[in-house]
Amino acid sequence: MKSQYKRVYSGLSFSTVKEIKGPLLFVEAKGVSFGELVEVTTPTGEERLGQVIEVTEDIASIQVFEGTSDLEVEKTRIRFTGEPVKLRVSMDLLGRVFDGRGRVIDGGPEPIHVDEWNVHGAPINPYSRAHPSEFIQTGISVIDGMNPLVRGQKLPIFSGSGLPHMLLVSQIVRQAKVRGKGEEFVVVFGAMGITADEARWFREDFEEMGVMDRTVMFVNLAEDPAIERLLTPRLALTAAEYFSFEQHMHVLVILSDMTYYAEALREVSAAREEVPGRRGYPGYMYTDLASIYERAGRIRGGRGSVTQIPVLTMPEDDITHPIPDLTGYITEGQLIMDRDLHRRGVYPPINPLPSLSRLMDAGIGSGKTRKDHKQLSDQLYYCYAEGVAIREAAMISGEAGLTERDKLYYNFADEFERRFINQGVYDDRDIEETLSIGWELLAPFPEVELARIDPSLIKEFHPRHGLRRG
Amino acid sequence: MPVRGIISKVVGPFVTAKNVIGLHMYELVRVGSEGIIGEVIGLSGDNAFIQVYEETVGLRPGEPIEGTGKPLSVELGPGLVGRMFDGIQRPLHVLQGMAGFFIRRGLTPNALDRGEKWFLHPTAEPGSKVSGGDVLGYVDESPVVKHKILVPPDVKGVLEYVALEGEYTVEDDIAEVRWGGERICVKLMHSWPVRKPRPYRYKIPPDTPLITGQRIIDTFFPVAKGGTAAVPGGFGTGKTVLQHTLAKYADADVAIFVGCGERGNEMAGLIDEISELKIPGTDQSLLDRTILIVNTSNMPIAAREASVYTGITIAEYYRDMGYSVILMADSTSRWAEALREICGRLEEMPGEEGYPAYLTTRLAEFYARAGRVVTLNGEEGSVTVIGAVSPPGADFSEPVTQSTLRLVKVFWALDFALAHKRHFPAINWLTSYSMYFDSMKNWYEKHVTSDWVKVREEAMNLLREEEELRELVALLGPEVLTEAQRLTLEMARMIREYFLRQSAFHPIDAYSPPDKTYHMLKLILKLREKMSDAVERKVPLVELLSLPIVEEIARMKILPYDEFKKSVEKMNSEINEQIGRLIEKVIRGEEA
Repeated sequence: MKSQYKRVYSGLSFSTVKEIKGPLLFVEAKGVSFGELVEVTTPTGEERLGQVIEVTEDIASIQVFEGTSDLEVEKTRIRFTGEPVKLRVSMDLLGRVFDGRGRVIDGGPEPIHVDEWNVHGAPINPYSRAHPSEFIQTGISVIDGMNPLVRGQKLPIFSGSGLPHMLLVSQIVRQAKVRGKGEEFVVVFGAMGITADEARWFREDFEEMGVMDRTVMFVNLAEDPAIERLLTPRLALTAAEYFSFEQHMHVLVILSDMTYYAEALREVSAAREEVPGRRGYPGYMYTDLASIYERAGRIRGGRGSVTQIPVLTMPEDDITHPIPDLTGYITEGQLIMDRDLHRRGVYPPINPLPSLSRLMDAGIGSGKTRKDHKQLSDQLYYCYAEGVAIREAAMISGEAGLTERDKLYYNFADEFERRFINQGVYDDRDIEETLSIGWELLAPFPEVELARIDPSLIKEFHPRHGLRRG
Repeated sequence: MPVRGIISKVVGPFVTAKNVIGLHMYELVRVGSEGIIGEVIGLSGDNAFIQVYEETVGLRPGEPIEGTGKPLSVELGPGLVGRMFDGIQRPLHVLQGMAGFFIRRGLTPNALDRGEKWFLHPTAEPGSKVSGGDVLGYVDESPVVKHKILVPPDVKGVLEYVALEGEYTVEDDIAEVRWGGERICVKLMHSWPVRKPRPYRYKIPPDTPLITGQRIIDTFFPVAKGGTAAVPGGFGTGKTVLQHTLAKYADADVAIFVGCGERGNEMAGLIDEISELKIPGTDQSLLDRTILIVNTSNMPIAAREASVYTGITIAEYYRDMGYSVILMADSTSRWAEALREICGRLEEMPGEEGYPAYLTTRLAEFYARAGRVVTLNGEEGSVTVIGAVSPPGADFSEPVTQSTLRLVKVFWALDFALAHKRHFPAINWLTSYSMYFDSMKNWYEKHVTSDWVKVREEAMNLLREEEELRELVALLGPEVLTEAQRLTLEMARMIREYFLRQSAFHPIDAYSPPDKTYHMLKLILKLREKMSDAVERKVPLVELLSLPIVEEIARMKILPYDEFKKSVEKMNSEINEQIGRLIEKVIRGEEA
């Protein structure tokens, strides 16, 4: 099978491997440039790809994306291409499935390409960025109502092993739309380290919902080489940038699972004997992750957008682990899955309290969703936080001491989980429905408790006032 | 003759060059055949260690490097305000014009537009003796910034010539100074090395608060003009929103925002907001006093390191004109991480958690450039620095937070628990502090009211009492509380909900003038006093809490200032009347 990369056969070629260590090759060579793509031919004639990550006058250090197993010092041949790693792009990528380094794996022909783009991209000039402000309706209340997604945002899902993030991702892909516009999303799916079963499930799922013809998948499986994962999200984002900035389409990029990506990063860093940062992850992991996550956004005056939903599993559900921690510092919020909600049968088990959408204020309100959205959401937040605190306190000191006011909040917390957060996998609620469930849940409170909502909005939307019942 | 050498090693944004004897530490160099910009950050024998401000992919050993003989400098002159620059002061709007919406390598446009004309109003008299910092004239850089043209700090002598009133570009000679036989031409702009603090006569202790319109800050934890503050907080606790809010509402003459290794979308949002909003109390656009230095997290890390110096040097320049300047750095942790990466690559012995042993020194040098000073020409100017800190895992014991806390005098601790409840700004009132309050008491007494200190203390005591009572409840359950203690809890809740909580996105609530802040707090405390009295006379708390005045108090923060001002008296008498009626009712009941 042919590779998706440009090849320059006139490049320099060497068979002077000096050392092999972990995923790294050290080659004696002159005239090599930093960051260039390398083709490695194994003693058995197999071709692999690598990238120069350090170069001195006579030694080039190469990370081999497919790993270094079966390589040996004498018979391995190295060809330097003189080019950075590139992806061949065209509209023909749509509907296709590639492996984690960009080779066709769906049995189809090599797609015809119109251009070749450096997979590392270039930073968007901050001055050229448009502030994301178009609300994406996912049909999921806890997202739309409490932590809405907007076009051009990067909003990760922090999950844990065994939690239903796959179902959630699939539901978002199926239901996501911008209201009042016919435009559909192009879906770019970058899979890192997921199992073959999961990959098959996603693909069948996309086919079933009829989105496969506007989807492109780059799949690195759990059994595929770990170092390849460093490339996979970059291929996915390069394709996404082509669709959005060249073809003016709206692109939804799913990257799953970023935890495996970070582990590959750690592996390379360890092999380079770098001074490790927290928990063995390299000190530059923030910058490296940013070079992926920052490739989301919109251009002023441009018609396309790149919206990212990275998925990561928090090791031991620990949000302070470097992977979720650094991610949270880069992304525009996070949706956090909660094992406790999951155990109690709530789907999607997203806990709104630690979750956040930083672009919420820009994306909602009059003309976008509805003018009561922000304040209603603030009130629901307050009531749920109070309710959860009271419920926790009652677990220790018993329910006897609860005041009437306490009980209202306690019940609210239960009902909020049961009716607002909880919904079916095929339940596609529009924003009006989400907001009216919210108002109904607030109805038992005396109005003085609803201090986060303007009296005029209470008059207009509160079920007690009889208007606008959803 | 510039020093020339060749590249011997490339790894990420770091390049080693050999045969470069004569290069200076921190000298700017041109790297490779494209001549991309780098800075010398280490010298060893005839080798130089260089950090490169642009993408290094494609560089190879053997390519040339060339010294420029100059350290990294910024251009100072009219044309800074209202603009967005990257970490090494390349104007981003110009880069867009040159390369489109992605940043391309190897472009080095001038920071200040050479073609733009400025109308100079000369004020100095030829023949007079001048020295660094003296004002030669001014141009109106924006409707709010009168940009004074100063004699550069290192120039002195007799003023031979001053240009006539009229239009000039930044490169035109507008004055000539003679020192002995030497003649020095002065232009609207001059350049200054970023790592060298600009001189001033002497520092004076800060005694004026920087009014921010944020109730919790202005009331409890004010920062002084010329002071330093740190905002540490985990992700999602509102560091950036708070920094943006200060950029918008703090009462400074010039605001500089350094987006250091943070999000691009955020910067787009900030510039949109700043373009739309007005400077509080005026009809002028905020953009007319703001300068943005932006190096997002995916832009080259070395330029991120430079960005804080670029920002503070520009801040000092406006300070030297006698202005009050604020500089927000979001986030200093990303800067520290850049230092850590450099330290790692230089194979220096690391200190704590891989950070260089000189981390505290660097932070100290940076924060030391804040201050209230008497400038070279005898005016008073100030630079206030507010640094965000992003501690990994929200753990404040990490090196950057700890080093910063030793240097700054105001600490706004952002708190996850508050953020989760959407209580913003999520500044924890029990752990935060301001060491300026005492030295600013006089100002408050003179400009706000004589009982400010007392009111503030009473409110803080109430919040502290709440904390103690909560601990009690957690241990023994709520039954143990007396009615008076329950009232304390309720009143503390009102202070938190109706006073401390403030929406950065509500058109009225976002900025609370000091006078409104004072009267809001005063009303809540008045309510407390009357309610305590009523509780003592056996009025049930439930009845007190459902009085209509409570709801009015709850909503006073969203009343426009004029309306609020008019209703203060009325609310005061409502408190007396409504509670008075309840007391009378109880007394009548007892009598019956």
